[in-house]
Amino acid sequence: MKELVVLSGKGGTGKTSLTAAFASIAESSVLCDADVDAADLHLLMDPDVRERTDFMGGNIAKIVAEKCTMCGQCIDLCRFDAIRDDFVVDKIDCEGCGVCVDLCPEHAIDFPVVKCGEWYISDTRFGAMVHARLGIAEENSGKLVTLVRQEAKKMAEKKHMELIITDGPPGVGCPVIASVGGATALLVVTEPTVSGHHDMLRLLELAAHFKVPCMVCVNKFDLNVEQTTAIEMLAAEKGIPFVGKIPFDPAFVKSMVVGKTILEYRQEGELSSTIKKIWERIREHL
Amino acid sequence: MIISVASGKGGTGKTTVATNMAVSLGAGVRLLDCDVEEPNAHLFVSPVIEQSETVFTAVPEIDKDKCTLCRKCSDICRFNVIAIAGKTILTFPELCHSCGGCIAVCPEEGAITEVGRELGLLEQGVFDAGDFVHGRMRIGEAMSPPLIKKVRERIKPDQINIIDAPPGTSCPVITAMKDTDFVLMVTEPTPFGLHDLKLAVEAVKLLGIPHGLVINRSDMGNDDVWQYARTENLPILMEIPFDRAIAEAYSRGRLMVESMPEWKGKFQELFRRIEKLSKAWENRN
Repeated sequence: MKELVVLSGKGGTGKTSLTAAFASIAESSVLCDADVDAADLHLLMDPDVRERTDFMGGNIAKIVAEKCTMCGQCIDLCRFDAIRDDFVVDKIDCEGCGVCVDLCPEHAIDFPVVKCGEWYISDTRFGAMVHARLGIAEENSGKLVTLVRQEAKKMAEKKHMELIITDGPPGVGCPVIASVGGATALLVVTEPTVSGHHDMLRLLELAAHFKVPCMVCVNKFDLNVEQTTAIEMLAAEKGIPFVGKIPFDPAFVKSMVVGKTILEYRQEGELSSTIKKIWERIREHL
Repeated sequence: MIISVASGKGGTGKTTVATNMAVSLGAGVRLLDCDVEEPNAHLFVSPVIEQSETVFTAVPEIDKDKCTLCRKCSDICRFNVIAIAGKTILTFPELCHSCGGCIAVCPEEGAITEVGRELGLLEQGVFDAGDFVHGRMRIGEAMSPPLIKKVRERIKPDQINIIDAPPGTSCPVITAMKDTDFVLMVTEPTPFGLHDLKLAVEAVKLLGIPHGLVINRSDMGNDDVWQYARTENLPILMEIPFDRAIAEAYSRGRLMVESMPEWKGKFQELFRRIEKLSKAWENRN
């Protein structure tokens, strides 16, 4: 079984729109939305949720006022400044390390497990989809990413699917690292801007660090043709397959507004054949 | 005053708004790029970096001669940093959250010391409109909040501080927005933009910070975001229509206010409106 993870470094380059487009033409695949922090793939997939499970991400300290003698040891120990002077734990600042819990001389601090989000198994018009929603201002996005990817894998095994297409998060930090490990290949979707180029380089460095092969494609390539050429040359230098370039087209936004993938919205024409060709090249390299 | 620029969805124009507003204000501004995973502001304001330091977070190192394998450290650690198998003690420093629990419980003097795990670079310099600070997270490092906190330590409250925040709604963006005076949310009128904006607004409300909206590429999409802003009583402080010239200038690392100076006044007006809303909020509370 193979897994293609779509990433970008920079946000807003078109990861989700392209993932959805590929899902609409890929045969026998499972979809996975690993951008659990700001998941958008469901807006195009209109999933029919079959199973909903709470994501119990971590623990948070809670001081029991009746037992607390206000000795102040917890405040001294907490390196996250999460305990206020009135001995109430700030839920946002609490890192869940449990140091105050273990070392409180009065055993006055509870450590309940908290729900950090939900994850779902759904049906879509293009097959099964595993996705999630991290709670607002929550931590542990990496754990949830790992979980949805594992569940997508189980689903693919169960349904005898040979491919998982995963929509990844932006950046190069925790959730991205959790998205990269064990992937067959990454598709890096970039744009021909100084920031797109800069952020792509950092992502390629991360992929090299974790030894995961990459492919590159440029979205909105005609906004800066020289920059696109620079990205193509860079890919060639690094021996990274360049799988194609897509022009800037307001049809992407229009298709999103009606909740369709770009290939459903534009079934024929140059744009759709460009995207289909990119998909063919990706398949060759997977 | 501290203004953070956030969005939920990536690529909506946070950096565009943060950098153009900073440059439009002319002088005495402090621009802090807290998107340490993918910092981009420097590409547009070309700062002269005067100071660069590598920053670290504390992780345990165990002196095997002094360790008695009592397991207290591995028992307290919730992040599985310390593992004991038979007579071997192993550490996985990349998982460490630097809580200090292992040191606090170790009964043997000097058996655990704290050493540094490199988080990345903290750089400071100057640009046309004032001071510039950013963090560049080390590739392979997972945790961005500690480095974001280091960037935020360089805030000068008596200046106008503009924070370019990372995308999303989880810990990195919360770390960047927390305790700022105003959150400027940049969105685009598309279903993705609106969906992620709603999440970001929930996060800002949780933090109790006054906020307002900039709608970028305001003529591409639908009207839902205006409707949402009305029902949520969310002030729309600026609209930037899609303009190929803006997109092309951006692609080359040029500021809007350089290629289209007429925007300078609009960004100054944007700042004045933020100032007014933030004062009104202060008076109300």
